Amino acid sequence: MFVAIFYLYPIAKNVAMSFQSYTATSFVTGEAPFVGLRNFGRLLNFSDFRSSAINTVIFSVGSLVFQFVIGLGLAVFFQKRFPLNGVLRSLLLLPWLMPVIVSGAIWVRLFDLDHGVVNFALHSIGLVSQPIPWLASAQWALVSVLIANIWIGIPFNLVILHGGLAAIPAELYEAASIDGANAWQRFRYVSWPLLRPVSTVVLVLGVIYTLRVFDVIMSITRGGPGNASQTLNTWGYQLSFSRLDFGLGAAVGDILIVVSMAFGLVYLRSQRRAAEASR
Amino acid sequence: MTRVLGAGRGSTVIAVVIVLVLLFPLYWIVNVSLMNQIDILRSPPPFIPPQVSLDGYRAAFAEAGTTLTSSLVYGVGTVIATMTIATPAAYALSRLTTRVTVAFLFVLLLAQTIPGIVMANSLYALFAQLRWLSSYQAVILADTTIAVPFAIIVMRAFMLSIPRELIEAAVIDGAGPWRVFRSIVVPLSRNAVVAAALFAFLFGWGDFLFAVTLNADAHKVPLTVGIYRFVGSYSVAWPSLMALAVIASVPAAILLVAAQRFVATGLTAGAIKE
Repeated sequence: MFVAIFYLYPIAKNVAMSFQSYTATSFVTGEAPFVGLRNFGRLLNFSDFRSSAINTVIFSVGSLVFQFVIGLGLAVFFQKRFPLNGVLRSLLLLPWLMPVIVSGAIWVRLFDLDHGVVNFALHSIGLVSQPIPWLASAQWALVSVLIANIWIGIPFNLVILHGGLAAIPAELYEAASIDGANAWQRFRYVSWPLLRPVSTVVLVLGVIYTLRVFDVIMSITRGGPGNASQTLNTWGYQLSFSRLDFGLGAAVGDILIVVSMAFGLVYLRSQRRAAEASR
Repeated sequence: MTRVLGAGRGSTVIAVVIVLVLLFPLYWIVNVSLMNQIDILRSPPPFIPPQVSLDGYRAAFAEAGTTLTSSLVYGVGTVIATMTIATPAAYALSRLTTRVTVAFLFVLLLAQTIPGIVMANSLYALFAQLRWLSSYQAVILADTTIAVPFAIIVMRAFMLSIPRELIEAAVIDGAGPWRVFRSIVVPLSRNAVVAAALFAFLFGWGDFLFAVTLNADAHKVPLTVGIYRFVGSYSVAWPSLMALAVIASVPAAILLVAAQRFVATGLTAGAIKE
């Protein structure tokens, strides 16, 4: 019952709304005329649509690549046995558990033009002579939210990949060492292939998570300046809740549903493989 | 042996450096929250407050009064609603293994992938009709939709490992289904139940999307939305904003310290286990 009301209904309702001219007055009058595909036609005519879609792809791919690579690097490092390993590893989870809005707020401060630590650090090591307007320039805004999102996502990648590495039998590494494999070869020919099912799960989940990202962008740039860091999520929000054109917002939502569901199916398949591999 | 130990210590040092770098932004929240309005404008930015000031916290508590209560209501409400639905559902799904169960789990996992903005869009229309947009339950129910699939998956994975014989023995002793659930299943899966409840709380407490879209009552605005509006204002009072941020992070920090193993359990089980 709950599933029916709270999952199937929203999807159905969203799809229905995307075919209606659903505006603020609809809530008062209860009328939302059926307009067929007109909302989608209107979407395509917005230049914002193209830029938001492109930003979404850049944001997702950028987040995935860096979160995964850094997460994997840390996971391999934390495979070593050393004092305080567990404590330090769980401390790293903190950014993942905190409200995303809080993380966003601190990055606004870190990226501050005149008083931010990021510019101070870049200036001190001589990388830049002029402070970078991270949040105020169209050129840097998307990079800023990307960096913040990568930071938030690293713990998740670390934990899951570390779990995956821990499941690989130690004998395999010993055997490889005896055969004369160095650290890189052990990673390349033992860890990497055996970690593949888990890696796929992490990456696909990563896509699903980044497609949902809303709080990070809203708290740091609100999609701006202009639409420089707008993704389909934040743009859909603006269409619905700022322009009060719920039909248009729902049309953007439809696109997100289709893409997420597609990756959802890939996730379920790769998850089954990971479960089989761990058996 | 000493060489191995030595290498271990070296790794600890590197690990500490990694943690310090990655958690630097969190340190910075605390750092700024303890400064006064003048010191935050210094250049270079001070790495420790030149003069520790609690003004930020005073202002934060003075302003945050109602938002703090609202966040607690959303957090606790989400836990209650989620556990009421998810615990029996997880048990049922762990006992019955029919085609329907498989299909149900499939839909549940797929439902997890729907972006929140889609939910907000359509739930807004629904709750507007019900005239719920100024009530706590609208946001709580929306948060619950996010927390339930995760809770079911985590708890079901655990309940699957409860030996069938244990339950059969209880039934022979005359225990009804409810009694088996309450006295055997829930106590035995305590770890998973606690993990699910903790995450439900964090969902409700940290939620921003639903709180900003589905609530129109200024008295029911949670901390997250308060912080968001604060960041957007023209002259940001950084010490009090960061003090608010510290307050908003307290539950996550407590959970991590008090329930470390549950957190790891929850994360891993939610992602991989079938």
